[in-house]
Amino acid sequence: MSLIEEMNQRALELGVPLGVHLDVTYRCNERCVHCYLDHEDHGELTTSEIKDVLNQLADAGTFFLTLSGGEVLMRRDFFEILEHARKLQFNVRIKTNGVMIHEAEAQRMRALGVEQVQISVYSHRPAVHDAITKLPGSLKRSVDAIRFIKSQGLKVTIANVLMTANTGDHAGVQALARELGATYTLDPTITPKMDGDTSILNLRIPGAELESVFHNEALVGNVEEFCAPPPTPGDDVLDGYPCSAGHTAAYITPYGDVFPCVQFPLPSGNVRRQRFLDIWRNSPELNEVRSIHAKDLPVCSTCSHVGTCTRCPGLAYMEGSMRGPSTADCEKSFRRTGIPSANMLRKAGAHARVPLVQIQSLTL
Amino acid sequence: MSDRYIARSTEIAARILGGEMMIMSAVDSTFFTLNEVATAVWQAADGRTPLSEIVVRAVCDQFEVDPEVARADVDAFVDELSRHGILLVSDRPFDNASSGPGEAA
Ligand code: SF4
Ligand code: SF4
Repeated sequence: MSLIEEMNQRALELGVPLGVHLDVTYRCNERCVHCYLDHEDHGELTTSEIKDVLNQLADAGTFFLTLSGGEVLMRRDFFEILEHARKLQFNVRIKTNGVMIHEAEAQRMRALGVEQVQISVYSHRPAVHDAITKLPGSLKRSVDAIRFIKSQGLKVTIANVLMTANTGDHAGVQALARELGATYTLDPTITPKMDGDTSILNLRIPGAELESVFHNEALVGNVEEFCAPPPTPGDDVLDGYPCSAGHTAAYITPYGDVFPCVQFPLPSGNVRRQRFLDIWRNSPELNEVRSIHAKDLPVCSTCSHVGTCTRCPGLAYMEGSMRGPSTADCEKSFRRTGIPSANMLRKAGAHARVPLVQIQSLTL
Repeated sequence: MSDRYIARSTEIAARILGGEMMIMSAVDSTFFTLNEVATAVWQAADGRTPLSEIVVRAVCDQFEVDPEVARADVDAFVDELSRHGILLVSDRPFDNASSGPGEAA
């Protein structure tokens, strides 16, 4: 167990919210086609409210703080917030599109001891990237920002969300990341909008494409290992928790709402009405999330993938039940290993007269 | 040995978890945890108090450790953390307490 894993384990035992993701705004200067947010300002936390929340998080034991949005730099007080966060000695990671970062901003981030900056890049081709962000010239500005930040000696991660519009461009973005000295991560997950609108899900890459991503050594490393059939789940798996959401991690919206995770919009309280620690310790919603072990998941507990699946309880919640399967993760487990999930088999059984096209097509 | 002064770097993140200090360097993402004794030294690293005094007040008085043993352990610990840029060490007090090197650095 690495030292960080040990600390995570200790935080879990002590009930400490070790990592908190705070979106300081939902406003943005890009209009990405796959974005799940409403960019209107519906009454963001003020500077002093955010500082107070940060004080409360430091007292609660939070160590990893992700500042994100929207676009963080749409807030004029962003550096004031950042300075306060660093005074409180959080490990700060910033997620941004980089469009408003020039040399001065990069220098400031370095001087304030930011640990790393994550910037979204959708393609190495300006026409494709800019068509996704709907902001002409945005690829150039994001790449310039990466150069400014790297020249300050800061770590940069390029996050490459994969969707129908940029399916073939991951190799190009990976090469760009190498050239810029940035770490590359690929994310094939498109999530429903916060208001439940699922229309953007049709931007998800088709299953066959997902399969080729999972079998691409440049993206996953050891393909044989990555795509290996799941081992039979033992008691440790069935007694385990799905993920850190609500256990050692929490999410706070620009309006002060507390969720278990940015991808798990279960309203659990609001820091404008309650102290963060009260919500963290006593919210019935967070306590319900914490009470769920893998063995309590009616479908997933019967699934051979349960020990290795990336099942996101947040996506499951958005599909209707935090105890249910997450179809997007079923698809991933299936495309990775070729073995249908319990959820797929159940659905196929429920529609017995429909041929198992989904499953058969995979064995081709 | 002449006395030394220690100050916490501004480029680190730190938090106490269950009595132990977690520290991560923003420079190279090295992650440390300090035991109770080291945490006490860390917290006393204000850039102004001589290390010999920190050893007495934060270590010997609190943890009933022999002064010579404590001094050797603390010196080793300070050297280790300063190698990673997590503690700043100087033979003169720092200008800004615990906020990085002043003229002395
Ligand atoms: S699995 Fe989903 S809910 Fe859990 S931490 Fe990951 S994104 Fe959040
Ligand atoms: S593959 Fe689907 S059914 Fe199986 S554990 Fe994952 S989410 Fe649950």
